[in-house]
Amino acid sequence: MAYISSGVACSHVPALGVASDTGIANDDYYGPIFKGFEFSKQWIENEKPDVIFLVYNDHCTAFDARIIPTFALGCASEYVPADEGWGPRPVPVVQGHRELSAHIAQSLILDSFDITIMNEMEVDHGLTVPLTMMFGQPDEWPCPVVPLAVNVVQYPAPLGSRCYALGKAIRTAIESYPDNLKVCVFGTGGMSHQLQHKRAGLINSEWDDRFMNLLVNEPEKGASIDHIEYLREAGSEGIELVMWHVMRGALNEQVEEVHRFYHVPASNTAVGHLILENK
Amino acid sequence: MAIDKIYDDIPGTVVFDSDQAIKGYHLNQFCISLRLAPNREAFKADPQNYIDQFPMTPEQREAALNQEWNLLLELGGNIYYTSKLAAFHGINFQNLAGLMTGMGSDYRDMMIAGGRNIDGNRYQSEWDEK
Ligand SMILES: [Fe+2]
Repeated sequence: MAYISSGVACSHVPALGVASDTGIANDDYYGPIFKGFEFSKQWIENEKPDVIFLVYNDHCTAFDARIIPTFALGCASEYVPADEGWGPRPVPVVQGHRELSAHIAQSLILDSFDITIMNEMEVDHGLTVPLTMMFGQPDEWPCPVVPLAVNVVQYPAPLGSRCYALGKAIRTAIESYPDNLKVCVFGTGGMSHQLQHKRAGLINSEWDDRFMNLLVNEPEKGASIDHIEYLREAGSEGIELVMWHVMRGALNEQVEEVHRFYHVPASNTAVGHLILENK
Repeated sequence: MAIDKIYDDIPGTVVFDSDQAIKGYHLNQFCISLRLAPNREAFKADPQNYIDQFPMTPEQREAALNQEWNLLLELGGNIYYTSKLAAFHGINFQNLAGLMTGMGSDYRDMMIAGGRNIDGNRYQSEWDEK
């Protein structure tokens, strides 16, 4: 049977993708951030997941204002990196796992999560930047990915508690898949940041630290944080952090935190990163 | 019943909620069209004509053509969309934040120094006192 071994939380700041793609990942500005992921690259090489279930948000790339699914599950055989306005990122095409996706889609809907099914989908930096941070610059990504896109652009994003419950349903789905697959779940986005209007540049490191502690040790309490708290304390774009609860919900009640990294800033954003193993 | 906008007391922030999304639909679709190179070329060749394909309000149209970044958000624009218009003008996210905050290049220095502190920036009343 398939099983979930671990979870990764990771910001997906577009500038990190640009830094990697243009060869400035070791400069004074980006160097400290990429250094924080050196452990992670080694860790995932040892972990060797068969599949990554990756929770991210699309930034009006695959979905512009015409269609805004709250939860959209990728069921395609591959996901091409999209042109976000500067040409597509020069990274490998992301391979999917259609059979696992199809199984999860069916299981989730019968478990009362009425997700949208995406049989074709381009993916943006929200999905590819975490892969870059964890795997560097390989010729091919080392394993297939099942993407889950969450709406966090138009308010309201799904509630943290709902994301957490969805994580549990994803776990049930994966654990009922007959093949023996080791799955690592990624929750991406965040941490505190505000990109817009006069309060742009907001960073709340104390709050971010508290959020990571709750996520790791008191996940249900973390998942009950209200939307207004994200908006006020973590900035209008900090609400992306609800996606971390999907990852956390898919893990055991008790996890071991094997790595934590936090850095301010990458462009406008606080970078946060966790690696959690099921105990 | 109207939606309770409990976030309206956050200073310097326009929450892109359902009402804003309805207001800004055509404006945002105009902005996001600039993600693709052929559309950028068409807009460059004839801005007035290109923008008129999108039935936005005259106020939105003016704000878009005049690059009034905060006003665009107030009129229903969303930052992930308006940033595509900014990119068209060669303005990246960080420079755009410099413009929206009125800080210019000081913005980047603020970020390197740890960003905008949360203290004094939670409630509109805290800004009004200043
Ligand atoms: Fe994002």
